[in-house]
Amino acid sequence: MLYRENGQFKTSYTADQQIFPVLQDRVLILALVAFAFLAVPFLANEYFFRAVLVPFLILSLAALGLNILVGYCGQISLGTGAFMAIGAYGAYNFFVRIPGMPLIAALLLGGVSATVVGVLFGIPSLRIKGLYLAVATLAAQFFTDWSFLRIKWFTNDSSSGSVSVAGLNVMGLPIETPVQKYLFCLTFLCVFALLAKNLVRGNIGREWMAIRDMDVAAAVIGIRPVYAKLTAFAVSSFIVGVAGGLWGFVHLGSWEPAAFSVDRSFQLLFMVIIGGLGSIAGSFFGAAFIVLLPILLDALPSAMGVPIDTALASHLTYMIFGALIVFFLIVEPHGIARLWATGREKLRLWPFPH
Amino acid sequence: MGFFLETLFGGLMAGMLYSLIALGFVLIYKASGVFNFAQGAMVLFAALAMARFAEWFPKWFGFDNHWLAIALAFAGAMLVMIVVAYLIERLVLGKLVNQEGITLLMATLGISYFMDGFGQTLFGSDIYKIDIGMPKDPIFLFESLFQGGVLINKEDLYAALIAAALVVALSIFFQKTATGRALRAVADDHQAAQSIGIPLKHIWVVVWSVAGFAALVAGMIWGSKLGVQFSLSQVALKALPVVILGGLTSVPGAILGGLIIGVGEKLSEVYIGPMMGGGIEIWFAYVLALMVLLVRPQGLFGEKIIDRV
Repeated sequence: MLYRENGQFKTSYTADQQIFPVLQDRVLILALVAFAFLAVPFLANEYFFRAVLVPFLILSLAALGLNILVGYCGQISLGTGAFMAIGAYGAYNFFVRIPGMPLIAALLLGGVSATVVGVLFGIPSLRIKGLYLAVATLAAQFFTDWSFLRIKWFTNDSSSGSVSVAGLNVMGLPIETPVQKYLFCLTFLCVFALLAKNLVRGNIGREWMAIRDMDVAAAVIGIRPVYAKLTAFAVSSFIVGVAGGLWGFVHLGSWEPAAFSVDRSFQLLFMVIIGGLGSIAGSFFGAAFIVLLPILLDALPSAMGVPIDTALASHLTYMIFGALIVFFLIVEPHGIARLWATGREKLRLWPFPH
Repeated sequence: MGFFLETLFGGLMAGMLYSLIALGFVLIYKASGVFNFAQGAMVLFAALAMARFAEWFPKWFGFDNHWLAIALAFAGAMLVMIVVAYLIERLVLGKLVNQEGITLLMATLGISYFMDGFGQTLFGSDIYKIDIGMPKDPIFLFESLFQGGVLINKEDLYAALIAAALVVALSIFFQKTATGRALRAVADDHQAAQSIGIPLKHIWVVVWSVAGFAALVAGMIWGSKLGVQFSLSQVALKALPVVILGGLTSVPGAILGGLIIGVGEKLSEVYIGPMMGGGIEIWFAYVLALMVLLVRPQGLFGEKIIDRV
């Protein structure tokens, strides 16, 4: 009843091209962003920031980047962890080797390094397609894992590739407490989400989607596959690289290559698929699902008062996690974003459906 | 020269085992279009089942014969894999018919998480041994040709022979039996196969069981070499480049790809590795596969990919 767009007429092109054409959506999103920036810092406790909110924000950002490549351009990548690692170690090198490097600049330069490598590993996608490409991107993953372990220059000669950063600040404001970290990541996420949303509904986003739907047909109508695929790889690895930098710098503080292993790549791909391929909002839903699920599963036995030992608990977590993912894929193969869209359609007619 | 040949043989024998795992991938992909990431979890699950059954059966049934226990454990583990195949078809794949490849791939990843957890809950998570009586002593070949000859581990040789025998047996099964023919028909064209009365669901269970059998043999061999433990499920990651190198749809491709990757890995580790700081085995296989794919996008023996608008 409240969610009706009757009487909302668009009288200019600007009004017609808004990201959220329905007034209620705009209000809801603005309220949500305001809540996240103004209210959450006072409501949540330290554990919640550290274990849930900050990982959720950073992984949403990474999922957003991956969604551009997989969901919008249709190129399956199993090497996301590698691009996160390149972002993190790239940012680390700029941060440590250049004195007085501002944090944000270091993170963005880390993203640029990920872009360069991403485009390099994107070149095979011009010839290799589908599942073959998916496995081929694992080459990026294992090569990166190896190089950060073995090539000492990348890690400033530290042993076993473990590095750490301290004394983070942005223009004099320290990034130390969980609340500051949260706000820092939230700002990044909002800016990138807005950029990504505008990219995918613009010219280049349509080229990506044409390539995804059928690349030969897209080439026939005059879309350059080389340009479209490589820009998708570039944009995606830039965002993923920045997310990797944030993960290392802000969330972990000190990290080693194992933080960006192949499991991380799978985890991100899960987020994108469960959240919804080709949907910006889906990346957030997916990240929330995958971040929260293990935490809930861990907390469940103690909350119900059933004492089980940790090894068994971790195995059970694996089992339930796997089973839920399969269950979810069967129930809604198009992800949570599709559920959300269906719900919205229902809401428009409620309480008087046809 | 002797050293080179030693490395070469070592690579060939390791490659035979990769082929075995790759074969599981290819069989399932051909028959149902599913890229089965759970193959590694199946190897671990089957090996765990066999190792534990070999311990438990003598206690349950009160006999004391090692070989009987091993044989029964093998049969028991095979039975378990058939049940797993049936359940996967019934509960997962049967409900995901006509979904996109990536959704199916993620579903098998979910299955592999489940099986890793379930296997270790059911059978325990320590390191177990499977003793199938593999001799550990090395033998020397070509002693008349080179000084010192070529040293070969008997265990590896037997493992390679078992793998080769299995590959031959599977080829005969596919070429000569009615079920095998039905499997090939399904692989060629689902609809045509169905229209002449081949039951798809039944075939999928058979294919997953055969893949389970390949997983069991692979798990048995790796398990007797390295012990049955969680890392066994990572073996699948080493077999992936084999699959794309040989071609997703080609059984001979899986075998030859396995040999190429096995040899390439060992030679690169020995001859290029020291220059780059070692440990290059894992990515070298992938980069090798990537190079081949750049020239032939469908793998060495895969069906040519034709794009039509």
